[in-house]
Amino acid sequence: MAREAAPELKTIDPAVAEMIKRAEELGYSTVFSRAAKTPPCPIGADGACCQICDMGPCRLVPTKANPEPVGVCGATRSTVAARNMARHIAAGTAAHSDHGRDLALTLLAVSEDEAQGYEIKDPDKLRVVAGYWGVKTEGRTNREIARDVALAALDDFGRQRGEIKGAKRAPQKRIELWKQFDLTPRGIDREVVDTLHRTHMGDDQDAEHILHGSLRTALADGWGGSMLATDFSDILFGTPSPAVTKVNLGVLKDDEVNIVVHGHEPTLSAMIVRVSMEPELIEYAKAKGATGINLCGVCCTSNEVLMRQGIASAGNDLNQEMAILTGAVETMVVDVQCIMQALSDLAGKFHTQFVTTSPKVKITGSTHIEFDEHHALDIARQIVRGAIDNYPNRKGQVQIPNYLHDLVPGFSHEYIRYMQGGALRGSFRPLNDAVMSGRLRGVAGVVGCNNPRVTQDQAHYEIVKEFLKNDVLVVQTGCGALANAKYGLLVGEAALEYAGPGLREVCEAIGIPPVLHMGSCVDNTRILTVLAEMATEGGLGEDISDIPGVGIAPEWMSEKALAIGAYFAGSGAYVLFGVNSPVANSEEVEKIMSEGWEKLVGGKMEFVPDPKEIVRRSLAHIDAKRAALKLPAYDPNKYGKSGDAKMNELLKLPLAQRQAALYGAPVAAE
Amino acid sequence: MSRYIATSAIRGATNIVRETDLFLQKALQEKGADTKVGFPNTAYYLPTILGLTGRKVETIGDLVPVMEYVKSLTHPQPAQNRWTPYLGETLDSGIATLLAVESLQALRFLYGDQPEKLDGFQLAQASLNDGGGHLNGPIDDIQLRSWGIQLVDGRMPGFAAIVGCAKSNEVAVKIIRELQRRNILIFLAGNVNGRSIIHQLQEEGVEMGYDTYIVPFGTDTLSAIYAIGFATRSALTFGGMKGGQSREILLYNRARVFAFVLALGEVDDLKYAAAAGAISYGFPAIADTVIPEIHPTGVTSYEHVVSMPFNAIEAKDDLERAEKLVQRCIEVRGVKIKMTEVPIPVPYGSAFEGEVVRKADLRFESGGKKSRAFEYLYSLPMEKVEDGKVTVLGPDMDQVAEGGFMDIGIVAEVAGRKMQEDFEPVLERQIHHFVNGASGVQHVGQRDITWIRISKAAYEKGFRLADIGKILHARYHADFGAIVDKIQVTIYSESASVNSMLQVARDAYQRRNTRLGDMADETVEEFYSCTLCQSFAPNHVCVISPERVGVCGAYSWLDCKASFQINPTGPNQPIPKKQQLDGVKGYFTGSNEFVQQASHQQVETVSMYSIMENPMTACGCFECIVMVIPEANGVMVLSREDTSMSPAGMTFSTLAGMAGGGLQTPGVMGVGKYYLTSKKFLSADGGFKRVVWMSSVLKETMAEEFKKAAEYAGDPDLIEKIADEKICTEVPDLVAYLEGKAHPALTMDPMM
Repeated sequence: MAREAAPELKTIDPAVAEMIKRAEELGYSTVFSRAAKTPPCPIGADGACCQICDMGPCRLVPTKANPEPVGVCGATRSTVAARNMARHIAAGTAAHSDHGRDLALTLLAVSEDEAQGYEIKDPDKLRVVAGYWGVKTEGRTNREIARDVALAALDDFGRQRGEIKGAKRAPQKRIELWKQFDLTPRGIDREVVDTLHRTHMGDDQDAEHILHGSLRTALADGWGGSMLATDFSDILFGTPSPAVTKVNLGVLKDDEVNIVVHGHEPTLSAMIVRVSMEPELIEYAKAKGATGINLCGVCCTSNEVLMRQGIASAGNDLNQEMAILTGAVETMVVDVQCIMQALSDLAGKFHTQFVTTSPKVKITGSTHIEFDEHHALDIARQIVRGAIDNYPNRKGQVQIPNYLHDLVPGFSHEYIRYMQGGALRGSFRPLNDAVMSGRLRGVAGVVGCNNPRVTQDQAHYEIVKEFLKNDVLVVQTGCGALANAKYGLLVGEAALEYAGPGLREVCEAIGIPPVLHMGSCVDNTRILTVLAEMATEGGLGEDISDIPGVGIAPEWMSEKALAIGAYFAGSGAYVLFGVNSPVANSEEVEKIMSEGWEKLVGGKMEFVPDPKEIVRRSLAHIDAKRAALKLPAYDPNKYGKSGDAKMNELLKLPLAQRQAALYGAPVAAE
Repeated sequence: MSRYIATSAIRGATNIVRETDLFLQKALQEKGADTKVGFPNTAYYLPTILGLTGRKVETIGDLVPVMEYVKSLTHPQPAQNRWTPYLGETLDSGIATLLAVESLQALRFLYGDQPEKLDGFQLAQASLNDGGGHLNGPIDDIQLRSWGIQLVDGRMPGFAAIVGCAKSNEVAVKIIRELQRRNILIFLAGNVNGRSIIHQLQEEGVEMGYDTYIVPFGTDTLSAIYAIGFATRSALTFGGMKGGQSREILLYNRARVFAFVLALGEVDDLKYAAAAGAISYGFPAIADTVIPEIHPTGVTSYEHVVSMPFNAIEAKDDLERAEKLVQRCIEVRGVKIKMTEVPIPVPYGSAFEGEVVRKADLRFESGGKKSRAFEYLYSLPMEKVEDGKVTVLGPDMDQVAEGGFMDIGIVAEVAGRKMQEDFEPVLERQIHHFVNGASGVQHVGQRDITWIRISKAAYEKGFRLADIGKILHARYHADFGAIVDKIQVTIYSESASVNSMLQVARDAYQRRNTRLGDMADETVEEFYSCTLCQSFAPNHVCVISPERVGVCGAYSWLDCKASFQINPTGPNQPIPKKQQLDGVKGYFTGSNEFVQQASHQQVETVSMYSIMENPMTACGCFECIVMVIPEANGVMVLSREDTSMSPAGMTFSTLAGMAGGGLQTPGVMGVGKYYLTSKKFLSADGGFKRVVWMSSVLKETMAEEFKKAAEYAGDPDLIEKIADEKICTEVPDLVAYLEGKAHPALTMDPMM
């Protein structure tokens, strides 16, 4: 089934809509106009195109005349679809894990005192993480521990035999299951290479076998590269806890120097945050006629600094061009992943400096200031100074859409544990209790990207609202989290407005929004940790696959999303992807990833374009898992009686009446 | 939490922490950092601080780092809009409140403000003789331990910490009676606008003190901390936990200590803050006014906070409302209640067991110095017993003048398919507990030294001799239904028949004595386990043999045998001795295997007869501690009731930490006091002759038994060669005394 072109309604974000209009007026292209102009390649979209050797490329589109087409080498539709999928997963794993590797190298540099401006921000977490890696902590300095932890992590990348250490953090039952089916990753890089090798021309040509291998590769991402990326980021930049901040294009300031960080890494952005608060630079900005320096982000670099430093966000992935279109951005500085090449050209149409920084990422037309952690502060200052210098160059009209919303991000799994019992009693018991009693029907992770092939944010918003109404607690990461933050779902008040009675009660008890922002897309591993904790806390089975929960990527587009989906499936979760199916050309492959994987590992991955159908399947799955655990069937009318409401009524009374009403209204004698 | 409660609790915590800090500065200045602080009669320093932080506070200066930690646990109040989560922060603030308040109370002791003074107040506590005028303050270790067995065997299902003031005196009394009826221990504290439930009960003439299971801590909210100190010590005493194991201690309480907070009247910031602390212990809060509710569960087992506005409770009157309020408290904490309806005209429950009938209140008595009372239980064939029949042969107490006496004999005849002659004495001994449960009835002793006193109040409510029979009928069916199918009771009150039945009873006592005396570890095939205390001390197991009673003194081999009949899957399981590995030290394959498994591999082997090698472990409710005094080549025996210093350089409370919690410490052992008189007492180490020092209270109360033990040991004058706390509490003095008396231990083989 080939996909449709861009939808009629491009976005539900009014700020983006305003900028789309502006682009049209100015005659500039955007991701939305290009999507409308460039329909998806119908052959590639369904996974029917094989390009891995020069005997092809072969298109395996079934026709009436040839219902079972094969490639020149004889490769079947299933082999080709599976091979393409496996390569996507490997690329996603490589991207996330390489991000993790860079953090390990930064940690190593910090331990050797060679990383300018960096420090060990969370020594407690360092010690906990050291435990996972088998690094001794007693009587040792943070630096000594950090060095051994970093080296141990780097070992996991290059490990040829044995198992990656992170896999041990799964529930016991899961660990055994992986062992039984040879799914425990050996080394992170090795699994990626393994997939690339076996999908080379003339190798693995059995769809089930190819996909089995790709599950192991994905697990090397989830429990390996991504998980250590999250851990090391927390160690270096602080473990997030909740704070109030703002999101959407309205965070840009027309009288300040606007710097937008974009991409995925916290390493340079954290330094930019730091130097942008230096009095000398602020004074310098004032000297150039601005009232200050305004730092904000888009995409997941934004999530990194939003979670830890409370830096406001200009929005999610499809907001990247829109920020430049305001004409108010002095510098957009990018690191890695999800950076559209179009930015370079668009920036050129304004005064905006477009700065690439990663040794891996240079974009034609960009100003390249290569990042090096040994001189991070100097580089950060250079970038900020450049932005300030650029402030007087603003040309034309600045148009900042006046849309923004508060949000409360910062839900690391450590904080989630803490918030359910405080410093001495933190646990997942209350969450498990809430699911067991039916106050919460279940839990859902709604994650992933934006995709201009569907209306921006719409699926994220509709699906999550429906979950909240049905007492499903939602956790989000990445662009999905930013999407719903824009519409006000990530504040405590949202529980009173959108949540079902049981969920509302839980949110009021803890003080949480009904949607928990857990970080950038690499931080999906925080969700893995939460699931593992729930499975071991007791009462919800013994494995992640027993938990009444689902994972959804309703507007996915990147290969990383596929890797994430596969590692959740491999960990036992039911994962639903929206937009379209990249393996639609092979029913067999769809079946392997769904029924086949479910039989094998208890989790599965399905592609379902219709958001309503996603919700329907999700709730059915949650209810089935509840039934399997012999939990009471979900009843929306059973809970919701506690909270502040009655007290607030009492407080509205004048003092004298309040005293009288303290003991409640009398009930007539029987 | 709710945001309202979070705001109040965090505000309350911030204020009390600031107040405590100021008081601490003042005390440091006025009294100096080295001045000692502490609560009386406890080995656990300031127990909540010890438990949750591991810090042993002995001086004012020790409180400084505690307060630093406390401050790190306080947080800002949640915002009105766009709030960030507050539950974890509120619970932290609750803990901060508990630690601060305990520090504050310790300082107030120093300034003479604790225990709180209350004019004309007299605590109901037989052993206390200080003229009164004050409230209880913290509970001492001795009381904690003596309540231990009741808490673990379920007789006492939990405790209620009542804070504030009831809607009326009538309601206050009713709430207390309802809790007592269920045998729930009651702690009282706090006030509303200066008026406390303690004042209310005092006005209504309700006795408060250890003996009535109603402990008035103080009339301010601060004194409620003593309930938390009690709970913390339960984990340290019975759970084998160490100071600083905060998480374990809190979870222990959540799982095993069935306590709740009942807030009567308006709830202020400090009460919210203290309640937030209690919630970390798993203790929910129930209020009789409108407050926000928190129903989702998790930190506590059921609802966290419940509001039950008193006037809105559907009932015909306030008394019924009070009843329903208590019922709800019990549901919310999930307290397990065993309740037996006893059809007598006075309230009934084991909370009344400690009641004393004073001379001024006495209507009738039997036994004691002026008359004779006895009780005798035996079994008959099924067809000979008419279940429920109660006969009074002779005059009833109406015919005795007020304050007068007469002889009576209580004879219970039981029948049951599983009844055995061996169970007769076990069942007979229950009469004491059973009769004592009636409000206004005091029962002391057993067999032919029984002494029963009936109060005027009980008499006025209609209590007569036949009610004793009704109590026995109800309780034997409820508690021993598995072996007792039928029971009939005859109460003899006519002199001639009392005397003739007494002779029959005495013959039976003699037969039973002989039979018990003949019973030896060698003559039985199996011992019994007792894991009753594992609800409190998860790794402890008692091995009970005919010649070694359980450490609490409450369970003998026969008791265990009967208990196994009653409940074949219960805490008393037969342990086949299997192969005897060492007859002297008492090693058996069977007991070793059982202990390994039941102690969860904490204890590998256990010696039945030695203190020096793999001694048996203890929970926390032992009656005595036996400890080796190397210099004297013998052991000392320290009684639970003895608060004085011992030659070991420690008091009972301090030593108990080494003997309890299921830990095996060679040279130290917690035991039941009747084990001292057993032929198997330390028989591997030299037996009773090893005793060189003993609390005088034991010497006095068990003189007869010790005389026999001394004779058996081959030294009839042994008792007077044994020192006590009145003679000496220092090792050199002890050795000198022993040498002067030529104590046999000095010439025995070296113990070490």
